[in-house]
Formats: sequence, structure tokens, C-alpha cells
Amino acid sequence: MSKHVLSLLVEDKPGLLTRVAGLFARRGFNIESLAVGASEIEGLSRITVVVSVDGLPLEQVTKQLNKLINVIKIVELEPDSVQRDHMLIKVKTDAASRSQVLEAVTLFRARVIDVVSDALIIEITGDTSKCAAFIKILEPFGIKEMVQSGVLAMGRGSKSITEKVAK
Amino acid sequence: MTKEVLTGAEAIVRSLELLGVTDVFGLPGGAILPTYDPLMDSKKLRHILVRHEQGAGHAAEGYASASGKVGVCIATSGPGATNLVTAIADAYMDSVPIIAITGQVGSHLIGTDAFQEADIVGITMPITKHSFLVTKPEEVPAALAAAYLIASTGRPGPVLVDVTKDAQQNKAEFIWPPKIDLPGYKPVTKPHGKQIQAAAALIKNAKKPILYVGGGVIRSGASKELLKLAELIGAPVTTTLMARGAFPDSHPQHLGMPGMHGTVPAVMGLQRSDLLITLGARFDDRVTGIAKSFAPEAKVIHVDIDPAEIGKIRYADVPIVGDAKEVITELIAELTTTLKGKQPDMEEWWKFLNGLLERYPLGYTPHEDGKLDPQYVIKRIGELSGPEAIYAAGVGQHQMWSAQFVNYERPNSWLNSGGAGTMGYAVPAAMGAKVAQPERLVWAIDGDGCFQMTNQELATCTINNIPIKVAIINNSSLGMVRQWQTLFYDKRYSHTDLNTGTDTVMVPDFVKLGEAYGCLSIRVEKEEDVDAAIKLAIETNDRPVVIDFIVGRDAMVWPMVAAGLSNDQVQYAKDAAPVWDGEE
Repeated sequence: MSKHVLSLLVEDKPGLLTRVAGLFARRGFNIESLAVGASEIEGLSRITVVVSVDGLPLEQVTKQLNKLINVIKIVELEPDSVQRDHMLIKVKTDAASRSQVLEAVTLFRARVIDVVSDALIIEITGDTSKCAAFIKILEPFGIKEMVQSGVLAMGRGSKSITEKVAK
Repeated sequence: MTKEVLTGAEAIVRSLELLGVTDVFGLPGGAILPTYDPLMDSKKLRHILVRHEQGAGHAAEGYASASGKVGVCIATSGPGATNLVTAIADAYMDSVPIIAITGQVGSHLIGTDAFQEADIVGITMPITKHSFLVTKPEEVPAALAAAYLIASTGRPGPVLVDVTKDAQQNKAEFIWPPKIDLPGYKPVTKPHGKQIQAAAALIKNAKKPILYVGGGVIRSGASKELLKLAELIGAPVTTTLMARGAFPDSHPQHLGMPGMHGTVPAVMGLQRSDLLITLGARFDDRVTGIAKSFAPEAKVIHVDIDPAEIGKIRYADVPIVGDAKEVITELIAELTTTLKGKQPDMEEWWKFLNGLLERYPLGYTPHEDGKLDPQYVIKRIGELSGPEAIYAAGVGQHQMWSAQFVNYERPNSWLNSGGAGTMGYAVPAAMGAKVAQPERLVWAIDGDGCFQMTNQELATCTINNIPIKVAIINNSSLGMVRQWQTLFYDKRYSHTDLNTGTDTVMVPDFVKLGEAYGCLSIRVEKEEDVDAAIKLAIETNDRPVVIDFIVGRDAMVWPMVAAGLSNDQVQYAKDAAPVWDGEE
């Protein structure tokens, strides 16, 4: 099984996410991560989806997605494209451990968002492996809560996937 | 450009009229009531009131399959809409262009579990080509025009338009033609020139080519082009269950239907081929058997309008995305130059195939149980009705025999539920076909099981003067299931006895049932009465006809490739495997 990052340009229509997610479920494809939001063009949204499949079914994934009427374009992003996870982590801290946690925050170029006497909320962005490494460092202190976005991804260089899309 | 203020309901009726729709099948209810009011006044739309919404759906399918036009069905919200689901799923599997219009509860009530509320857009998402939820009257014309476009172009399929009650009741300016905004919908119909050249090169050098023709050729209306292509190459032709009639059965190059119940020459022709010229077919498991062992030595040219079908099951050496008619036309042009009037050398190939045709013709062994042979009845229906008639079947043994023993000479004459295998398809589909093509003779060849699922539409036929003929191939059981129980479950007949035969309690009595519905109804039990009954049915056009043919229950469908086996293991008849490699 190999991981692929797909970037979808879609019409912002009600039920669009259900159509995309339903298609994955129905055709037996696995979604590893999903992120949806507005694009720079009004009325169009951008979906970043990470799927794990073998080579041949990936072609099926893109072809089937392309059949959805509201899907305008699908691009498989290169492995060297910019890929970022975004996480919020609530860590247990006390007077003794706080400085160690803050050191990790500095090392990973994360940010402290909220401080109370017995906990911190830390925000981190980065690729999946960096975020995973950061979590590993924080685990001994006690992670009370964690949320994360799906992977956001964009191809490098000046090209845009919305080029040639008339709107 | 027309500018007028209409209610959403009036806009639905007007839009359908302007799209050229002339017939709709439906049944009213609360949430669709506003639309039924202006429908009553329409001079251009004939509405046929069905007795069950599933009947409306299959009628729309039969209408579309017989004529190539878009079929339209209408139902109310909730159960009305869910009753359409089977027909929509059926149309999706067999690429039938239909539009299903459903009423929805008022937009302020959506999501509140209101009376007769069902999320029909959500329910049908996996079984529609697309769907629309319309909550404002001004959205009606564009939604219907887009639905019509999507249903009828590219790979055809069902489109659902769900309209809230307030969208039907409120008024808006009616603008026609509406702006259709579908930036993500661009079906490719014109093939790539290089792929056409690559295909022609493969064909030129093939020793054992075969045309594997699917339902796409019928949907595309490419039968004439197919005939020309086949004769240009001189290769054998097989037509799948969905493609029966795409190529004349009487043609000497035709090997018949492939697949689980295909002819031995068609099954083995594909199996031994070195080049599959696949036209609008999708390597369905009922055709391939175990896909890995299907046509193991063959290269594949795969022509389909749906790119997702190419490479889905079988790798294509030459993939061609395009409309079958355009692709075949370009292939003919290319091959005319490539072949220079010289067909590939297929002498050995035809020797092998002709041997199979001679040794393994379609046939059946008559039974001595005193009952009719179902194959004989179906054969005579075909012979006496001729190739211009339309034959709609249900699902099961009678469907397979109808595909095998009726000779199809033209497209849009064989209607059935191929992909979904929907029992109960025949009667409403025949009704729809007769509405679309009233001048043609229309048979529903049905089983006693299937007939009991949708026979209420006989009331619709009688009341609306739609004189279809129904031949019930009555073996008093769920025949195909029983056949599998005979072959694979040690003759343990678990729940397949339907008690409709003459030597049972006969519930229901199909003759009495048919009479109750106002049909000419007769029972036929002897071979010498078969022809007279069929002729009487053909001559009777003032009401529908029901013939209860009492057939033996031990008749089985042969040849057969059992599920999960390779096509190499095709059985010609019970305990009779063909001899392959003998050069005799």
C-alpha cells in the first residue's frame, strides 16, 4: 500500500463532501486524511485527500472522482510538494516540567497558545513526520487532548491547479 | 427567450415540455401535489398513473431502452421516492437515461423528520449519475435542463431532481433556455487519433481477434457502424446480455452471447482469442467468470465512453475513451487504409470456431414431465412475433432463455435488467416500451416469481390502453434459484416453491388475476396450443394479454459457467463439458 496526496478542485455545492466521502466508502478506498476549505476562486473549494492504495486502484480513485459532476479537477501532488499538518495539543505541565516542555516547543518551532497553571495548549504545523516526532516528545508529560487537521498540500513553484479553470 | 412568472410547479411542467418530453410515469402524493395541478392542464405531456412507484421507474427505463429517449418518472417524497430506488439503481447499472422527479417536504422542514420526509438525494447518491435538491422556484428550469443533459449524454444514467414543496408553490420569473453551469462535466466522445491507429495496427496483426460487444453500442446507436466494422475485419462477434440485438443474430459471424449462460462458441471464442476488440462492454463478472483466467492470451482494445471502466477489471493494451459510434466510425476509416481490403488471416481461427458452432449449437433436451418446455415456448414467441417486436424479460431462467432463444436482429428490441438483476422489471418496462413505441408489438416474457412483484401495472396498461402481451413462463418456482439448489445444494429446495403451477394450490391463479385486471387471459398446457395462443395474443390489441404457460420445473439453463469458476470450465449441459483441444 502506498500513500498518495490528491488535490481536488470542486464546486462548492451542498452534499459535495458526502459525494466524495461516499465514493471512497463505496469503492472500498481508504481515506487517511481529508481537508476541505475555500479556494482563491469564489464558488470553488479545494479538497486535499490522502489515500493509501496500490498503483492501479489509485487510477480508479481519480477516474471515479472525476465522474462526480461537481469535481472539476484532480491532481496527484508530487511527494516533494508542500504538505502540512496543523495540530493543537493540550499538555499537562507543572512548575517543574514547564520549562522542559517550552524547550521542546522552541526546538520544534511550535507555539504556545494558552497557559494555565497545570496545562499548556501548543500549536504546531509541519509535515506529518515532524508532528509525529513532536508528539513523541510530549507524551511523557501527559497529553490531555489533541486535535489535528487533515494534510494541506500544494505543488511547489508558480503553477496553480486553478489555472485554465474558467470562472 | 421567454420571460414569464410561473410557480415552480408550472416551471417543472413547462421545462419538461420544452425539453421535448412527451410522456411521464408517476403517482402523486402530498409533497408533489403542486406539480400535479398544472400537469393536469398540459397538452404536451401525457402522464400515466402507475399503481406503484417502482412501476413508474421501470416504465421510464423501458421507455428509454426501447426508444433511446430520456424516460421520466415522478413520485412524492418519503416512501414515494424510496419506491423509486430499485428502478434508479437498475438504471444506474445498465446506463439507462432517466430523470426521476421527486417532491420533497418544505425547505423549512428539511431535517426535522417531517411527515413523509426522506433524504432521497442522500439515499440515491451512490446510484445516480447526479442529483439535485431544488429549494427555490427559480432553480427549477436549470436543474431540469441539466438533469436532462447529464442523463442523456456521456455514459447515460439516472438523474434525480428533488424539489421541495415550497419551491413548487412559490413563483419566479421563468427563463428559457436556462444557463446550465456544469464546469466539471465534459464527457469525451471523440477518440484520440493515435489510439485509433494503435488499435488498427493490433487488429491487422491479430490471428484470433474477436469483437466483444456490450450495451454501450446500443446506447450509442452504433449498430450499423458495428456491422460495417465486423464485416470489414471478418472477425467473430459476441454480444453480451446488454447488447443482444446490437448485431444481427442471423449474421454468420455472430457466435452468440458470452458469459455464465453464453453459447460455447462465444465463451470459448473469447477464451482462446488473441485480441479482444471490446466495444462498450465492461468485463462484468458474469461475462468473465474468474477475471484472472479470462481470455488469458488476448491483448485488449477497450472502447468505452466512461474512462473509469477502462482498466477497472482488465488491463487495456489500447484504451480508447469515446462514444462507440464515433470510435467505430474512425476505426473503419483507419482500417480501410491499414488493411487495404485484406482481412487478417483467420482461416485457422474460423476453423476452430466453426467446429464449435457445429458441435455446440444452442439447444435443449425436451422433458418428459407432461409440461411445456420453457425454451420451446420462448422460441415460438420469438419466431411468431419477429425481429421488430420488443421483448422485455424479468430476471432468472426465463430471462436467460429469452436472451438465448429469441433471435434479435435489431437494437432496442431486447430489454432486461442486466447489471442489477431486478426481478419485476418486465411488466412495467414493457409498458414503458409500448408507450414509447406504440406501433411495435411488445412482449413481457416473465417468470411466475417476477410477475408477482409488479403485475399491478397491468391495471395501468388496461386503463391507459397500453396493450402489452405478458407470457408467464410458469414453473411454479423461483426457477434460477432452484436450478442452483439442484446443482450446488444437493437438491434441497429451500423456499423456492411458489405454488402457482396447475398441480399445486395455484395461488394466485394467473388467469383469474389477469382477468381481474381486464386482460385477455388464457392458460396453455399443451405444445399444440402454444402457437394458437401466441397468435391470439398478437392479434389482440384492445387490451393487454396474459398467457400462463405451464412449464416443467426441472428445465435448466445451459450452457453454464458456475459462479467462481474459469470460463474454461463451461458446461454444455449437465455433466457434459465440451472437448476443446481435439483437432477432430
